[in-house]
Amino acid sequence: MMSDLLRASSIGTPRVRLDGPDKVRGLAPYAYEHPVEDPLHLFPLCSTIALGRVTAIDATAALALDGVVRVITHENALRLADTEDGELAILQDDRIGYRGQYLGAVLADTPETARHAADLVVVTAEAAPHDADFRHDHPAVREPEGGGDDIDTGDLEAALAAAEIVVDQRYSTPLEHNNPMEPHTTIARWDGEQLTLWTSTQGVHPARQTLAPMLGIDPEQLRIISPHVGGGFGSKGLPHADMMLTALAAHAVPGRAVKHAVTRQHMFALTGYRPATSQRFRIGARADGTITAFGLEAVSSSSRTKEFPEVAIKPSRQMYAGEHRRITQRVLPLDIAVPSWMRAPGEAPGMVGLEIMMDELAEACGLDPIELRVRNEPERDPDTGMPFNRRRLIDCLHEGAARFGWAQRDPRPRARREGGWLIGTGVASATYPASRQPGSKARIRHEAGVYEVGIGAADLGTGTWTALTQVAADALEVDPDRIALRIGDTALPNATVAGGSTGLASWSAAVLAAADTFRREHGTAPADGVEAIGEAAENPAEKQFAMHSYGAQFAQVRVQEETGEIRLDRMLGVFSAGRIINPRTARSQLLGGMTMGVGMALHEKGELDPRFGHVVNHDLAEYHVPVNADIRSLEVHWLDEQDPQAGPLGARGIGEIGTVGAAAAIANAIHHATGARVRDLPGFGSDLLAR
Amino acid sequence: MGHPVHLVIDGQPHDLTVDPRTTLLDALRDHLGNMSPKKGCDHGQCGACTVLVDGRRLNSCLLLAVSLDGAEVLTSDGLAPDGELSAMHAAFLEQDAFQCGYCTPGQICSATGVLREAADGRPSVVTDDHVDDQPIELTEDEIRERMSGNLCRCGAYVNIVAAVQQAAGASTASEGTDR
Amino acid sequence: MRPFDYARADDPAGAVAAVAERPDATYLAGGTNLVDHLKLGITAPDLLVDLGRLDLADIEELPDGGLRVGAMVRNSDLAADPRVRRDHPMLSRALLSGASGQLRNAATTGGNLLQRTRCVYFQDPTTPCNKRAPGSGCSALGGYTRYHAILGASDACIATHPSDMAVALAALDATVVVLGAGGETRIPVTQLHRLPGDEPERDTVLEHGDLITAVELPPPASGTRSTYRKIRDRASFAFALVSVAAVLDLDPDAAQPTVRSARIALGGVAHAPWRARRAEQLLAGAPATRESFRRAAAAELEQARPVEGNEFKVTMARGVMVSVLAELAGLGEENEEPHDE
Repeated sequence: MMSDLLRASSIGTPRVRLDGPDKVRGLAPYAYEHPVEDPLHLFPLCSTIALGRVTAIDATAALALDGVVRVITHENALRLADTEDGELAILQDDRIGYRGQYLGAVLADTPETARHAADLVVVTAEAAPHDADFRHDHPAVREPEGGGDDIDTGDLEAALAAAEIVVDQRYSTPLEHNNPMEPHTTIARWDGEQLTLWTSTQGVHPARQTLAPMLGIDPEQLRIISPHVGGGFGSKGLPHADMMLTALAAHAVPGRAVKHAVTRQHMFALTGYRPATSQRFRIGARADGTITAFGLEAVSSSSRTKEFPEVAIKPSRQMYAGEHRRITQRVLPLDIAVPSWMRAPGEAPGMVGLEIMMDELAEACGLDPIELRVRNEPERDPDTGMPFNRRRLIDCLHEGAARFGWAQRDPRPRARREGGWLIGTGVASATYPASRQPGSKARIRHEAGVYEVGIGAADLGTGTWTALTQVAADALEVDPDRIALRIGDTALPNATVAGGSTGLASWSAAVLAAADTFRREHGTAPADGVEAIGEAAENPAEKQFAMHSYGAQFAQVRVQEETGEIRLDRMLGVFSAGRIINPRTARSQLLGGMTMGVGMALHEKGELDPRFGHVVNHDLAEYHVPVNADIRSLEVHWLDEQDPQAGPLGARGIGEIGTVGAAAAIANAIHHATGARVRDLPGFGSDLLAR
Repeated sequence: MGHPVHLVIDGQPHDLTVDPRTTLLDALRDHLGNMSPKKGCDHGQCGACTVLVDGRRLNSCLLLAVSLDGAEVLTSDGLAPDGELSAMHAAFLEQDAFQCGYCTPGQICSATGVLREAADGRPSVVTDDHVDDQPIELTEDEIRERMSGNLCRCGAYVNIVAAVQQAAGASTASEGTDR
Repeated sequence: MRPFDYARADDPAGAVAAVAERPDATYLAGGTNLVDHLKLGITAPDLLVDLGRLDLADIEELPDGGLRVGAMVRNSDLAADPRVRRDHPMLSRALLSGASGQLRNAATTGGNLLQRTRCVYFQDPTTPCNKRAPGSGCSALGGYTRYHAILGASDACIATHPSDMAVALAALDATVVVLGAGGETRIPVTQLHRLPGDEPERDTVLEHGDLITAVELPPPASGTRSTYRKIRDRASFAFALVSVAAVLDLDPDAAQPTVRSARIALGGVAHAPWRARRAEQLLAGAPATRESFRRAAAAELEQARPVEGNEFKVTMARGVMVSVLAELAGLGEENEEPHDE
């Protein structure tokens, strides 16, 4: 079961990013930047109603414009072979399911002309009454498609009735938008029956697997190229409608490349986002803090065009003990844009409710919040009954407490004041599943002392170019300078998606398998041109252990009493994630996750106006992500460890866990500073004034 | 409808004929194939398109190319003549001041402008009201404020501050100050 | 973005003539707001007259000790000018509170005054907006109002003016120099911007073709202190929820420090920079105490009519006014329990 760990030579060293020199100069090609001959530019036509149907599209004026080549609509677009996927099956009929939905596209010889021509296309639509108002008590709330996977053990109501302490509170998280800095972008060109997409995706092979059957072509007829990805955070994990639109539009102009970069405004409706959640916790405990009753009813918004629930109950399934449990996930489908993955789907919002609730429970019990967590450490996974694999939550909390100076904290709220500022500190746990996806393949080929390692993996800032090179070097026991890594192309062997913190572990398993085969077949002095392929198998440990990473987040905030301004003074995270492959890039991953957590805590909220059905603050001036001035002292630490259950690499993923728990730690710090409990994110300073 | 414009871009003279609607950013990327500045928002809200125009850092997405006749434009690539990385480039690499790299050329142009502005004694909102002609010391707070026009969604801000400070040659990291 | 002609103006009079004769012509200065709006389809001029080569980029000293700021002086240059920093730190601070370093390097003095609201519905041509499409309705009423007005709004429009600089200029009693088809006129900044009434499409009193050529700052009154404070949803690069520009003239010789006069303007709360005249009246001659400042702020905000979603601005505006005045009066931070009004 436990693997022999890969001997570390390059891994574990803080190698500077191999793609760095090109990236700082701006030379590494992102999707839009691949040179193509004489491209056409696409500007989309989008619905301005939330529900209904298109009754007419008049493109006469647009087509009369000099430079306009085509206007594609549902009346002339390629028929798809499969229209099951409501998000991707665009331009197939006259139905409108959400505001902002693609209704067509204009192709022109310059971006300016395409945009102007799109304004000249007259789309007439018939609106039907829509529902875009998320409420947890909406009558249409129901189990998610495929079941709610409820937990119901023991007798929750009786245990609550018998509990000495009860916390019964509702928490909410808003729509949050991934907003990678590189917009979703695709260049598409059909050459005969062969389609090439230069795009920005977290998985070239998974995207091909989704798109090719819909387009009615074999996977081999679709090549997807994506060597550099300008951020994704989940929103480039699954292909979205923009990729399909570009492919459909290019089909109308065979041999001609079509370029489409989604505008920032359109991204808010068309490229996925984190849906809203409402989480009602009903927790019963003994006076000593031991949880006896654990009730959670979570509801997530979703889209009637395609369902995606934000499964906020995920972390509550395994985080803490509690014999009597009822945990349910529900969903409310609305006439709104299609949500999707955003960094730590489930865990990030789920740990907002859970970890603020734990702070409230600690206060109710008169316990230190770290001690409360110690007292509710489960012996086995309450969900599966399996033993935990290296659950080091308490180690992280204690290590963080020591580094942060938690012992000096006066637990009373509003106890610390400097000038006009109230100062407080807070803590929260972090968790994320540690899994490895089977099925990735890597090919190693030797030529003149250089090992070319090919796998269709992705680097969306995660450091894949560098870390996977280090893994390959150690797998082959050569210097990293002798590795030539190639990623981000379906012409390379299959790779699973860069998502769910599974990327590096899954791809490394393939590289290790390939290296093993290569050395077995070709020895240490291989001839030129020899190669070997290896495939990642399932990790058998996942069937015997509950595999998760853990962490602890600490935050200090100050709140100005007269103005309500909130400033984050400092933040510190300690994580247990197995072996760290590249400390330099790993630290950045975790810092970045925490920074996104700051946005979640204090800034980010998609303002969905139910009257119109779309997010109205749909740009980067009105939807606030943290700026440099919001982030002051951030510290990242990790436990020095290796995890043989995770495979020979000994590493679990680190892409998401930095975000998880960060928002709750800040919300808890606001309470400690001011005495006001933040239960609805983001915590705006103005809400502290209005109370 | 085409207007002639002469621009010096990364040291090279270019004579272009542009649609008046064409922004400097689109002129660079779509007409000249200079992909160093990036399009993140196209509305001056993210800073990914930042270039130096006659030495000043500007959002190239909000400048009409037609209005810039005679201007000298430097992109992050142009800050590395003949491929020789600048001190700012090197600091970004060493401090790992980026992840995905998409905002990075804009960050580097912006940071290069910041060094110049501070050396010229130009204040930011966190600078004391006190007026003198001295260069302004780039404390962490000064850098954070001055670099706030460049969003980084990967969240590399902590490392960006370290990189700018390294490039500025600051030997000691000054404390953050309370407002 | 529909096609437009482009012309470079050689002198202000020529610029005015070129724009005045074409109803859909407009000026191009820094472009930070205009190019944004061209792309969004909020405005669709058929001619841009570029002011970039006009000789309007200097800051000159006036005989009375004031400053004449050319309309094309960039925000960053105005903020960095040693005379401005020395005489009007409030103005420098307001400028530096706005936008980003890059935008301040492009944005001009005239353009900043004329920037348009950040109301999300104004910026989205797919939603009704009386300011953008007169008579279509106000989507902000009943919608997302966090950045909307609590003072001086109408049933037709609750948008706010987004400028920081204009708030400081209002508190400074600066004057705008305007060249129009009929010659030069001078307008106090406090009278430049309109309240929306039933013509929200008109942000200012200017007529088509009018060109702001300069802003004149009065000489600083000796002994006054001024500052600018902006409250926003993130620490930098965000529009104001509420901002306060204040000039305080204290009589230090009185038995207890007394306010001789105060000039206060609020940002983020109205369709125009909001001069807090009621508060100013109450403060004249009042002791320089937190109690006076609270009373004055409360009196000013009595007129506030928030809508659902921006009620917090009333409390916030009071709090910021008191905090800023206390800072200018040199009062220490309050150490008593915070008061909930």
